[in-house]
Amino acid sequence: MARHTPLHPRTGPLCRGSRWEEWSGFLAATMYELDHVHEYHAVRNGCALFDVSPLLKFDIRGSDAAALVDRVIVRDATKLRVGQVVYATWCDDDGMVIDDGTVARLAEDHFRMTAAVPIIGWLEDGGIGLDVQIEDVSEEIAGVSVQGPTSRDLLQRLTPHDLSSLGFFRCVRTDVAGVPALISRTGYTGDLGYEVFVDPTDAVHVWDSIMALGGDHQLLPAGTVALDLARLEGGLLLKDADYISSFQTVFPVQKTSPFELGLEWMVDLDKGFFIGQKALRREKERGSRWLTVGLHLDVVRMEAFYGEWGMPLSLPQRPWADEVPIYADAKQTRHIGRGTSGSWSPVLKKYVVIARLKPEHAGLGSQVFIEEMIEAVSYSVPATVVAMPFFDPPRKRARATVTS
Amino acid sequence: MTNTFDAIVVGGGHNGLTCAAYLARAGKSVLVLEKRHVLGGAAVTEEIFPGFQFTVYSYVVSLLRPEVIRELELPKHGLQIHPIDSVWAPTEDGDYVVFPTDPAQERDELKRHSLRDAEMMPQFNAMMYKMAHAVKPILGYIPPDPSRQNWRDLQTTRELAKQVGGLDKRTFRELTKLMTMSVDDFLAEYFETDVIRATTGLSGIIGTMLGVRSPGTAYVLLHHYMGELDGAYTAWGAQKGGTGAISEAIASAARSYGAEIKVNAPVKEVIIKNGAAVGVATEQGEEFLADTVVSGCDPRVTFRTLVDEKELPSDLLAAIDNFKFRGSSGKVNLALDRLPTFTAMPDPSLMNGSMAISPSVEYIERAYDDAKYGGVSRRPAMEVEIPTTVDPTMAPPGKHVMSIFVQYASYHSSESRDPDVDRQALGDAVIDTLSEFAPDLQDVILHKQVLTPWDMEHKIGMTEGNIFQGELTLDQLFFFRPATGYADYSTPIQNYYQCGSGTHPGGGVTAGPGRLAAKAILGGKL
Repeated sequence: MARHTPLHPRTGPLCRGSRWEEWSGFLAATMYELDHVHEYHAVRNGCALFDVSPLLKFDIRGSDAAALVDRVIVRDATKLRVGQVVYATWCDDDGMVIDDGTVARLAEDHFRMTAAVPIIGWLEDGGIGLDVQIEDVSEEIAGVSVQGPTSRDLLQRLTPHDLSSLGFFRCVRTDVAGVPALISRTGYTGDLGYEVFVDPTDAVHVWDSIMALGGDHQLLPAGTVALDLARLEGGLLLKDADYISSFQTVFPVQKTSPFELGLEWMVDLDKGFFIGQKALRREKERGSRWLTVGLHLDVVRMEAFYGEWGMPLSLPQRPWADEVPIYADAKQTRHIGRGTSGSWSPVLKKYVVIARLKPEHAGLGSQVFIEEMIEAVSYSVPATVVAMPFFDPPRKRARATVTS
Repeated sequence: MTNTFDAIVVGGGHNGLTCAAYLARAGKSVLVLEKRHVLGGAAVTEEIFPGFQFTVYSYVVSLLRPEVIRELELPKHGLQIHPIDSVWAPTEDGDYVVFPTDPAQERDELKRHSLRDAEMMPQFNAMMYKMAHAVKPILGYIPPDPSRQNWRDLQTTRELAKQVGGLDKRTFRELTKLMTMSVDDFLAEYFETDVIRATTGLSGIIGTMLGVRSPGTAYVLLHHYMGELDGAYTAWGAQKGGTGAISEAIASAARSYGAEIKVNAPVKEVIIKNGAAVGVATEQGEEFLADTVVSGCDPRVTFRTLVDEKELPSDLLAAIDNFKFRGSSGKVNLALDRLPTFTAMPDPSLMNGSMAISPSVEYIERAYDDAKYGGVSRRPAMEVEIPTTVDPTMAPPGKHVMSIFVQYASYHSSESRDPDVDRQALGDAVIDTLSEFAPDLQDVILHKQVLTPWDMEHKIGMTEGNIFQGELTLDQLFFFRPATGYADYSTPIQNYYQCGSGTHPGGGVTAGPGRLAAKAILGGKL
């Protein structure tokens, strides 16, 4: 039976439809209202408040902390400055992705990783012979995430730290609503936003303090469906949708490398040894099986297909996660990949899909065909390969408040 | 600066801008001339009171054509629409009705009033959905002239007949009723609860000088069901930053294709030589020349103000004189210090949606009675939104703006014949009536803007203050809009075209007329 997060006393009564799902062993609200739509628009328009307490958090301390982190992630961790956070992925010996998450350097000798796959044992193995202490602090730290254009204005009213000086992917220890907190300018929405980590006993107080100001900043509590839609627009990968952790499948065909997931930009093959380095070097030489890209679907063609049945166009209003066949040709003779998650994007007014394609078909502007089932008949909807993120507002990275 | 262009668009309303954007996109050099300091026509946002952005006239959006959003890439230019999807309406005995978006929730709520109506609502919605789907293709056609015996007109007429002929019997029957009945008679076939009928029927009289019991109003209801933002019919929403931001997005698209847009440039007249438009002259005495001149103004202005009437055939002039404008709607915009309290509202989050003052069918019909002979309703029907509940860009944190659409305010004033008296009467009627349902309203008002149809005519040039550039009754739609023979955006004057809401598919922030006019001008290909 999934457990309650420290914020359940608040989220429980708010979750009107009792629509929960399991997240790392905890109950997480999929939506507080009976539909995710308002919560999603809060992310893009005002701000949304998420309970992110179920995030797994691993602390790595000690004089060799940087060395261990550098050993396990594909990025160069030694360059990370105190107060800096990076998005990173970590791989198994075969160079296949275990998980992706954030890595923060909280002090010279103190790192924190957030994750979705438990890796304590794996970290300990990696730390053999190093001066490190590894600790699972998942349940010792509760978290809320405030995401959206008004998040800075709201949060600024609760903290003495000048948030206009806190850059994108930076974190700071300060107070929020009078209690000690770690504010991290990160999130999973592709928008301006902050994650606030506090002691579980302070979590309800922080939640209440944020909610009390919510009316002034168009804030809504939001669940995982709104989050999923926002992350998709933001071009952020979702485990179990866009890839399967190599720790959670034994079949090589189901595993993916960082190159295949479109994360080549973060893989530093020339840094010191890291787990999976050898295999990734080999892959770099030989080429990858796949490339992960964005797709825009041709909804005009799609509407015509629905029209054949006398039906209006039907667009997915909630993100789907599936394996949808993609072909090089409309006749579906040459299979070239799969769509892994997708949705109609309300902010872009486009149907967007994250897809994993054979590299020769993954060039920007390439035309592919994705399957759409209508009345149990398979249709080929034309789609164009585009760059991700699909949605990337300047305010996400901007230093000062950008109002539009 | 050159003063010669391929095309000049008169009026920077949202349709004029749309037409300009498409023409520029097709490679034409285009100039838009707008008389006001701000773009958008009736789709404008203005800071009427310091710190408070008012979506002054047009205030919600649903009908904006998806092809325009897509083809002009409007999201890239700032289009961002958030949903306004619940409707709450108080009754006079202190009760209320809510129409939530969740079907199960809606059923539970309607059951409080009538089990029968609760069951009927999904059927009604499905029927409206089906009819909207059937009628929708018409929105994308340049209207044919069925009386003309040429291939294109006949072909289009046939295609349309096929479309409607393909409907099942029941839908066809309902569609026929919808085209002829009063909105209340139509709704009475579905619903027994007064406030449900009244509130659902409200969109049948918007912008129309007719009552809910007047035949012809049922179609106006359907018109409001044809929006398909995000691929779902009847999704209503509000643009971030107010409706003016939609006009700004279209203008930005137009500029990105190279169009030039001038504000504070009122056009005095279209210059005509040998029966053909060759340019325009502004009030300031400037002249701009072009191969094509397009008017985004309403039919009265297009045919009676901008051109010399001697250039036009008398049957067209007569048709334009008979075209019904009869502004019937007022608008009150309030800056609020905080949110008011609606006594009968069970959950303050309903203020994120729409609030309708439509307590009964008789209430609305009496509001019509009041204004029928001029003046304003003593207790008007209203549609109220507070966009700042979800949009942070329109007021300082914690403050709000309230948009109140008022039906009825007649263009023709009452005995006083004094616009100031009418404006005062409208403001008083609105605040007094709304205060019956929100007693603290007076206390929270920081600023008030009242607009009568007379004001709309004088501020933005819409004849008789009609918000649709002419009523949306069946006799003024499709190939009748604005006159038979000239529904294809052409005029009797060569190279002179029309692209305003007074042309097909009509009023509302649809951008449909602008797009179709550009299509007609470009010879059928965008």
